[in-house]
Amino acid sequence: MSGIPLNYFVFLSAILFTIGVVGVLTRRNAIIVFMCIELMLNSVNLSLVAFSAFHGNTRGQILVFFVMAVAAAEAAVGLAIIIALFRNKQTVNIDEINIMKW
Amino acid sequence: MNVEIIFFFLVAALAIVSAVFMITRRNPVKSVLFLIVNFFCLAVVYLILHAQFIAIIQILVYAGAIMVLFLFVIMLLNLGDESRLAEKTTYRYWIAAIAAGAALVEIALGVGVSLGGTHGSFHPAAAEIGTVEFIGRSLYSEYLFPFEVTSLILLAAMVGVIVLAKKKFH
Repeated sequence: MSGIPLNYFVFLSAILFTIGVVGVLTRRNAIIVFMCIELMLNSVNLSLVAFSAFHGNTRGQILVFFVMAVAAAEAAVGLAIIIALFRNKQTVNIDEINIMKW
Repeated sequence: MNVEIIFFFLVAALAIVSAVFMITRRNPVKSVLFLIVNFFCLAVVYLILHAQFIAIIQILVYAGAIMVLFLFVIMLLNLGDESRLAEKTTYRYWIAAIAAGAALVEIALGVGVSLGGTHGSFHPAAAEIGTVEFIGRSLYSEYLFPFEVTSLILLAAMVGVIVLAKKKFH
């Protein structure tokens, strides 16, 4: 079978997750912050599929399927919230959207 | 160093580079396009892992549906350039770098300790469990109830989106 060790997949997943964290912490555009969250979800999916393939257990892939369904719902709701915010405040800069900040 | 590992490194490098470009571009449309490249790379990695079903779903749902939604919203809001969202502070970069570096080191240490140097290969059943047939059988028998609950989640999301995106709340 394949000669690729499990470590490589998990490290790729960790690097992508870290890039997503950096994006969430540095970008101010709400839509790009949202895209970074999708990137983090994807990196976790990658490690789930990798462990599933290396252990010969299908549950990891089933969980990835449910994660994708929830991510689709989350993306739709989040984008609707961003549209509603933009309609009220004319901006997507998350530094200016601080109405919920104490 | 066989062909498979070289191919994996190529795809992984493309995925990482496109992710970095995604978080550094000023123009949100370019970010979306780089994220789509990243999702295609991940689909190829899923194929390397023999997960055919997940790879197809990745392209259909993520690269197809979700990213079109993002692109649609960006163009609807007309967020052409982000110059007025320019950063005013630099300490944010330092905090982000420290937090991200700490997370990466922590994950690397955890992976290094728990998997430490194991050079195992795929499970012999890996090619079989990734097929649409196997996952569909499992979804419709053992995971039937969660599968039906997923449809409720999608319905709730649909209703919520329509309410949120309406012109005014009544």
